[in-house]
Amino acid sequence: MSAAQGENVLDIRGLHIALDGLADAGLVKGLDLTIRPGETHCLVGESGSGKSLTALATMGLLAPVLKCTQGQILLNGEDVLTVSPRRLRRLRATAMSMIFQEPMTALNPVARVGRQIEEVLENHSNLSPRQRKGRVMEMMEAVHLPDIERMYRSYPHQLSGGQRQRIMIAMALIMKPKLLIADEPTTALDVTTQAQILSLVQELREKQGTAVLFITHDMGVVAEIADRVTVLKLGEVMESHPTEQLLRHPRTDYTRDLLQSVPSHVPRPPRPDSGTPEVLRVDGLNKVYVEGGWFTKGRETHAAKDVAFSLKKGRTVGIVGESGSGKSTVARCVMRLIDPTSGRIEIGGTDIATLKPAALKPHRRKFQIVFQDPMRSLNPRIEVGESIIEGPLNFGVSRKAALARARELMQLVGLPASAVDRFPHQFSGGQRQRIAIARALAMEPEVLVADEAVSALDVSVQAQVLRLLAELQDRLGLGILFITHDLGVAAQICDDVIVMKLGEVVEYGPAGRVLASPRHAYTKALIEAAPGRHWDFANFRPFAEETPNAGPHGAAGSAH
Amino acid sequence: MLGYVVQRILATIPVMGFVALIVFLLLRLSGDPAAMLAGDAATPEVIARIRENLGLNDPLYVQFFRWIGEMLRGDFGTSLLSGTPVTTMILQRMEPTISLALTTIFLSVIIAVPLGVLAAWKQGTLIDRFVMLLSVIGFSVPVFVIGYMMIAFFAIELRWFPVQGFRPIGQGIEPFLSRITLPTLTLTLLYVALIARITRTSMLEILNDDYIRTARAKGLPEGKVLLRHALRNCSVPIITVIGIGFALIISGVVVTETVFNLPGLGRLTVDAVLARDYPVIQAVILLSSLVYVVVNLLIDIAYVFLDPRIRYQ
Amino acid sequence: MSMATPTPELAAAARADRPSALRKIRDVVLSSPIVLVATVVLVVVVVASVFSPWLAPHDPTRLTPALRLRPPDGTYWLGTDAFGRDLFSRIMVGGQMSLAIGVAAALVAVAAGLVLGLLAGFVRWLDGILMRFVDGLMAIPNILLAIAIVTLWGAGFWTVLFAICLPEIPRVVRLVRSVVLSAREEPYVEAAIAAGSSTFLIMRRHLLPNTVAPLIVQGTYICASAILVEAILSFLGAGINPETPTWGNIMAEGRMLFQINPGIILWPGLVVSLTILSINLVGDAVRDALDPRMAKRGIER
Repeated sequence: MSAAQGENVLDIRGLHIALDGLADAGLVKGLDLTIRPGETHCLVGESGSGKSLTALATMGLLAPVLKCTQGQILLNGEDVLTVSPRRLRRLRATAMSMIFQEPMTALNPVARVGRQIEEVLENHSNLSPRQRKGRVMEMMEAVHLPDIERMYRSYPHQLSGGQRQRIMIAMALIMKPKLLIADEPTTALDVTTQAQILSLVQELREKQGTAVLFITHDMGVVAEIADRVTVLKLGEVMESHPTEQLLRHPRTDYTRDLLQSVPSHVPRPPRPDSGTPEVLRVDGLNKVYVEGGWFTKGRETHAAKDVAFSLKKGRTVGIVGESGSGKSTVARCVMRLIDPTSGRIEIGGTDIATLKPAALKPHRRKFQIVFQDPMRSLNPRIEVGESIIEGPLNFGVSRKAALARARELMQLVGLPASAVDRFPHQFSGGQRQRIAIARALAMEPEVLVADEAVSALDVSVQAQVLRLLAELQDRLGLGILFITHDLGVAAQICDDVIVMKLGEVVEYGPAGRVLASPRHAYTKALIEAAPGRHWDFANFRPFAEETPNAGPHGAAGSAH
Repeated sequence: MLGYVVQRILATIPVMGFVALIVFLLLRLSGDPAAMLAGDAATPEVIARIRENLGLNDPLYVQFFRWIGEMLRGDFGTSLLSGTPVTTMILQRMEPTISLALTTIFLSVIIAVPLGVLAAWKQGTLIDRFVMLLSVIGFSVPVFVIGYMMIAFFAIELRWFPVQGFRPIGQGIEPFLSRITLPTLTLTLLYVALIARITRTSMLEILNDDYIRTARAKGLPEGKVLLRHALRNCSVPIITVIGIGFALIISGVVVTETVFNLPGLGRLTVDAVLARDYPVIQAVILLSSLVYVVVNLLIDIAYVFLDPRIRYQ
Repeated sequence: MSMATPTPELAAAARADRPSALRKIRDVVLSSPIVLVATVVLVVVVVASVFSPWLAPHDPTRLTPALRLRPPDGTYWLGTDAFGRDLFSRIMVGGQMSLAIGVAAALVAVAAGLVLGLLAGFVRWLDGILMRFVDGLMAIPNILLAIAIVTLWGAGFWTVLFAICLPEIPRVVRLVRSVVLSAREEPYVEAAIAAGSSTFLIMRRHLLPNTVAPLIVQGTYICASAILVEAILSFLGAGINPETPTWGNIMAEGRMLFQINPGIILWPGLVVSLTILSINLVGDAVRDALDPRMAKRGIER
């Protein structure tokens, strides 16, 4: 082993991963990657880039149908692809550790979390039970868990997502491994929790000198924590550079596009309010869920409390908030997919909040919705054309006219007219989301509710769909109610923003005002927690270097 | 936790109520109980008098609640055949049935769970296919055919066991075991099929769970991953199916007792069928449903000890 | 019960190249040697039973006391029963009634369960009552329930069919209900609600198609189970009129004579077992072809 090799904690050389027996169709193709001690190396890519496979291959945790067909993965100079299973098990937790995306499911639900951490010590050390417990307590302290005596005895379901991820980190780092692999560890978490976990990882990395291989799709996270970045596309390395260099001077078109697709956190300049009529007005909207108890009074959950806002023709109102904020509840009430407990929902002047199904039906066509999950929002068994014309047929449009219109709509959303004859599985996620938009538009609605409609999409596709929505709004004068957890997206497309927390509206006002100079502490906390908010990705520079009045350029904003 | 237990106990009441209603309706819709009691030769006057005595002229719901009242007092009527109270007959016939059910459950669980775990762990291998085939066979061969094959081979051909009969355990372990072994093996094949299949399916699902990957990422040896993390999570579906399978055992016991001539509740039922002795049939159905419901209630309560998510609700 | 959503990807993948129904059947049959053997067994059993009036080597009803309880030989392949009737011919004829009960039970139970399951999944106030009723029905061991029905109502074909179907219905109800409830949560169903589609249209267009595949599979299991239960009921003396040859009745007659001629039980027993085994194996193969994940979703025998 040469000295040069010894310097790198991890040295992946020419790694190929393929489905067993399909070596030609590689999922990872000739990947090279090196990580030095104490370094944070971000592996970035969109879905299908092979970033998670690389991580799992390093740990030796690839599903049995996947095989590493070529290359080496040298961990402190030792090729983990060729060591014995026994040796591999020894290396895990002691030389390399991994934390995962879903803290909710990554812990054994029937074992106490303290015991789950201790299990690592049982396996890899000769400490006495007393010493082990002491080490676990120290480690739980080090990841800043509160009330560790109680935490030690808790079961996973009693902890929040952030606390579970801290337990995972404690488990991963208790043997002080040289390498920590973090596979999208904050993607499932709310933005404020994400910020805390990111800073915890950084803190422990400095304290223990651990190198971190951090896998993410989020350029904001990259800007926040990475020393070095490798960009991956469909299993191939596009480029690999120190962070600052990559963000300022991307070499490949792919990276440049990726960066330009990232919505900026600086709100776009306000659009003039041309005094268009109001299409949606919500007043005093409440939704209370009562969990029935047999003996006690049912526990009440106020999912939405006194929500009020209005939306004008051709404008966009955004509702932002973390999980459990009630933003989707509001959307579903407006759509009358659930019945509000009280309040008014006026669409074109009619209060639809309490209309019975039969009376509601004639109003249905005025408000339509696009959902989050492109895989489930179209019936897989019927041609997309049939899905699109279902609504118009319900309102007495002739089949022929409706189909002709569906073909037009396909072109409007950027798909060929012939797409109406195909089935949902023949389209990508972004295309399906376009079809879902076409389905909504077929009803010629005045209000379009977009419930996290771009959250499940890759950032480049997200930018395209946002651009499409903006175009359609200009052309058709749609009023859009946009539900999102992403402040960057909200900053780029909303005229007004509502910030919700635990069912209550904490702030409501023009996007430029709310997001640039928030008044409420919670809004401020949300904005400060957003990773990479100081970086103007689209212009390849930090915001501090920006001239005061230059227009923002984010992809979504550029449509205007 | 207490709330959960109380809620489970209360939830059994409507179920038993519906069981009673179904049995009551079956009885009443089947014809005139007075005519059945009176026999074929009875005159209309006799039948009318019996109707009056039994209160069959009251509205149906009055009869239903009176009937339930009798059941709750433990009064299941008297046998049409022997004239003895049904409750007495049932108490006399309990022992062979309980013995057979308990030995079967015990044997099945210790065979089926390891088989299911093994099949899941070695998914797709010969071991797995063998376990799966065994389980399909268990579902496909009528219990009495298995029973007669056992008799033909082990009792008649090899003479290892007596052909039929029963000895209470009080009369010595050896005579008890020699007569209960074949019936137990017969029924066990059926029950093993059920439990092994569910164990395998649940294990396969759990082995795909994220926390199994976490356990492997910790560097645990495969045995610990399997037993400490997977099997513990598997315990809930396994005991659930043991409970649901109890209905299968009761049905199987009826058949097995007939084949092996065990003087238990199953034989009592079959004899009652041949004599159309409906008070006995009604009592056996209500009793076995009650046993099923209580067993499943106990299992629901056992979840409290197996799954902390229920314990700390 | 937590349930995966009904498999859009797989349903879609199956449609990608749109194979004909015939080719799909061929693919299932050829999926493994065991399934192929099972299919052949099933075809032989069905053909032999349906055409038994022409194919049977002897008159299955002719009483020949002189020839009673003969061991198998060249003329009487499986020997004769207590009345001198040819066992082989009786097994062939007995298959008619046993198979008819199996198929009829599957159809009736699936139809009844589908209607009740849709009601339970859609009509909220009915759901509670219906599901408690179903729980009650499931608490009664199926053989005992069937015995009671036959004892009380007499041993006709329709009574026996009802007695066999009734305990099977709860499982179909639960299956349909759970498919409906999980599909109702799908965004595409919510989009249909938002498009103003009526409940009936949503049910017919978006929910019912999801139940087809699991019901086909469940139907095969019910068919197998019904043949098994018919045999057991007849064996216990609570089945179809003993005059009618069914597999169960033939075996019931052999009970008293078991020590003299075990073949009277074991040969029909072998045929019943092989038939049920074949139906179950084909059912498993169909399930795996339609959707491998069904096994996890509680669609079980």
